[in-house]
Amino acid sequence: MKFGIVTFPGSNCDYDAHHAITDALGETAVYLWHKSHELEGVDVVILPGGFSYGDYLRAGAIARFSPIMKEVAEHARRGGPVLAICNGFQIACEAGLLPGALLRNDSLQFRGEFVHMRVENVDTMFTGRYENAQVLRVPIAHGEGRFTADAETLDRLEGDGHVVFRYVDAAGIESPGSNPNGSMRNIAGIVNAEGNVLGLMPHPERVVDPLLGPADGLPIFRSLLSRVSA
Amino acid sequence: MSRFRIAVHIVPRQGILDPQGKAVSDALHTLGFGGVKEARVGRYIVLDVDAADGRAAGDRVKEMCQKLLANPVTEDFEIEEAAGV
Repeated sequence: MKFGIVTFPGSNCDYDAHHAITDALGETAVYLWHKSHELEGVDVVILPGGFSYGDYLRAGAIARFSPIMKEVAEHARRGGPVLAICNGFQIACEAGLLPGALLRNDSLQFRGEFVHMRVENVDTMFTGRYENAQVLRVPIAHGEGRFTADAETLDRLEGDGHVVFRYVDAAGIESPGSNPNGSMRNIAGIVNAEGNVLGLMPHPERVVDPLLGPADGLPIFRSLLSRVSA
Repeated sequence: MSRFRIAVHIVPRQGILDPQGKAVSDALHTLGFGGVKEARVGRYIVLDVDAADGRAAGDRVKEMCQKLLANPVTEDFEIEEAAGV
């Protein structure tokens, strides 16, 4: 399977994503320059973490107008999988590929640490390899990750099973203390209505090798592999 | 075509947690400005725009706010009167 990792000016997790795909998953990955209009036949698009355009104006606000985002939106519209991580999640929200917005952390601090998140829905193309309510240990690294949407949108996300990951403590319990950024309803990751675009603030691509700690992020890539190539 | 200067205020929408505004109002309280009930921190953008008249310039800026300058999910914007440059 071929993954395309979009590199924006200021992306800094594109190499981690590449490592996850090629070394941990054993599949093919190519970098897609943001000015290109060519997805090079990739099956999955990854919008990686970083600080595209220096987070000027709002995180993701300018990257969403990068030339390649037209093709990414078209790929998503056709049902192609898009994995939007951290800054990628912010870009996907700004682009309207996902609902809501990611605002300044309620602590006003940049948070770079390990957190726990619970898998809320295993019936997505990104989570089939997890167990229901499995608690994952994953790193975050962001200053603007507070997921915000109006009540109606939140209720719809919850009702439709589109909340995919939620911040919890190590025991799997939601608590204010386990919420690193003040996200509404402890939301860490969501999918769109069609289920082919996943956005999440934590970094699954950084936890794919047991040699370096938990490998709780790898099943996201494995899930894609079994669902998309099937 | 004339040139117009238009300023835009963009603020977090009422009801949306604004931790930056809260930090500012807390600091003002500490300084003794107890009368401050709320502070909201946003952005102030000044644009010089070429257009046929002030109204047309204002319309363009509104479009810019809707497409890029403000996030329709979380922010409100106010456009000041156009002034000739």
